[in-house]
Amino acid sequence: MAAETFTARIWVLGDDIDTDIIMPTEYLALKSVEDMRPYAFSPLRPELAGQIRPGDVIVAGKNFGCGSSREQAPEVLKALGVRAVIAGSFARIFFRNAINNGLLLIECPALRADVADGDEIAVEVGKAITCKGKTYPIAALSDNLLEIINAGGLVHAMRRRNGLE
Amino acid sequence: MGATMIEKLIRRNTGSETACAGDIVTVSVDRVMIHDIFIPFVAEKFREMGFTRVWDPDKIVLIYDHLVPASQLDDSRHHRIGDAFAAEQGLTHVHRSDGICHQLMTEAGYVRPGDVVFGTDSHTTTYGCVGAFSSGIGYTEMASILGTGTLWVRIPETIRVVVDGHLPPHVTSKDVILRLIGDLGADGASYCALEFAGSCVEELSVASRMTMANMAVEAGAKCALFVPDEKTAAYCRMELGEAERSLAADADAHYIRTVHYRAEDLVPVLACPSQVDKIRPVSELEGLPIDQVFLGSCTNGRLEDLMCAAEILKGGHVAPFVKLIVTPASRQVYLDALANGTMEILQRAGAIITHPGCGLCCGRTGGILTDGERVVATNNRNFLGRMGTNKVEIYLASPATAAASALAGKITQAR
Repeated sequence: MAAETFTARIWVLGDDIDTDIIMPTEYLALKSVEDMRPYAFSPLRPELAGQIRPGDVIVAGKNFGCGSSREQAPEVLKALGVRAVIAGSFARIFFRNAINNGLLLIECPALRADVADGDEIAVEVGKAITCKGKTYPIAALSDNLLEIINAGGLVHAMRRRNGLE
Repeated sequence: MGATMIEKLIRRNTGSETACAGDIVTVSVDRVMIHDIFIPFVAEKFREMGFTRVWDPDKIVLIYDHLVPASQLDDSRHHRIGDAFAAEQGLTHVHRSDGICHQLMTEAGYVRPGDVVFGTDSHTTTYGCVGAFSSGIGYTEMASILGTGTLWVRIPETIRVVVDGHLPPHVTSKDVILRLIGDLGADGASYCALEFAGSCVEELSVASRMTMANMAVEAGAKCALFVPDEKTAAYCRMELGEAERSLAADADAHYIRTVHYRAEDLVPVLACPSQVDKIRPVSELEGLPIDQVFLGSCTNGRLEDLMCAAEILKGGHVAPFVKLIVTPASRQVYLDALANGTMEILQRAGAIITHPGCGLCCGRTGGILTDGERVVATNNRNFLGRMGTNKVEIYLASPATAAASALAGKITQAR
């Protein structure tokens, strides 16, 4: 995982993207996260869910995922095929939920100001992001979080604990 | 060096004598709360993880509040799944229509000072009002707690908030916490604990402290903490012992920041659309016409909130074009407000009184709004689309400001 590299097309959002924006309460009681997919980001950018392709990356400002504890927020991003979210900072519950679902989060406050929708970035996980010839260093995740991600998320970590994997 | 309140609380829970901010520790969970929106997902993840029995049925509280009564066709599915899980696991603490989870957890005595509590809702920070470490988590982590009774946490750094003096008339704890969120910013306390102290805080009722602990998460905080005192003991129907008193931070504890307020300097404020930290004094926005007022939620739906509004509304009537929606936080609050005449005052003033529950705050029922409408609301979030379409303007305020605005039909400061 630590040496993983990939390139991606990006979508750029602002500061304080809350979980009501990522997945409005109105749709939380739909039967599955698949059913919720079309409504991701609908209060802010109703067309975005239809534009995101598997492998794309979201780039945002500070405090991404603030607000409610709804785990549908990271789950719907996974369902849309979002490869990673790169933000200035993350709200804590979203951070835990994303890790527990194996969604890669990267803190990189400097990137957003330099990029726009549709730009290509190259990510070297735990090391750096490169975009339009400029390189942005990024930090590695702590060991206890890597353990959960490497297991494929918390469900798998628990299955392992219970002798099922 | 001395310990902050959260460090003391975690040391007590883990048995470590040295645990301090920044350490990652595994805590034993004293109580968990799961609400109706997330119970199907918790049950599913619990089974997927390979668990068959919960670690302790007595420590699990299941509360139906977001979807009560059902407003969409699939809502009751959540209650059926919850009931089946409760029956299978022998859960006895199940509330099907008693009110909002965060009101019930302390009101019904599920949380005591010093407890470690997690809930599937971000406003789980509320139980810090009685000196518990409580925080919101997702449903996957909740499933892992149901199986193991434990959770890893990073012990947070602490921001100390000191409020001294007496609040002016019609300035409430809601104005204090909104002002703090405005000053810290929506991420100003990210990953941190907020520890409240000062003579003004000591004067506040437990209900008023709940309002502040509830909204701590709007500044990004992991938890909020109030030192248990005689008011806490009375509220929790217990004697205050050394175990509770010793939770208070040491005088030489380390804080990453301390914020001071003089209560006399505080004024009624609003959080303007669509950010909780966009705070302005009510006086600067007076006269802005409104369509609706919402008095309720786990932030401000308690007896003292309804009484505060009733005092302002008494003998008057809401403006003809304004809908005043009143949603008591719990059945007990409803009964108490009936018994002391508050409900009658609100009814006569033209309020629409709904059943206890999350109601309009989560935007699914009970007065949702449409494009171009403006609402003054006592709950905790004014996010885009929270109470209807993304062209609704939500102004967060205290019950006093809400009531005065309902009477006038425009944003108005209570006087």
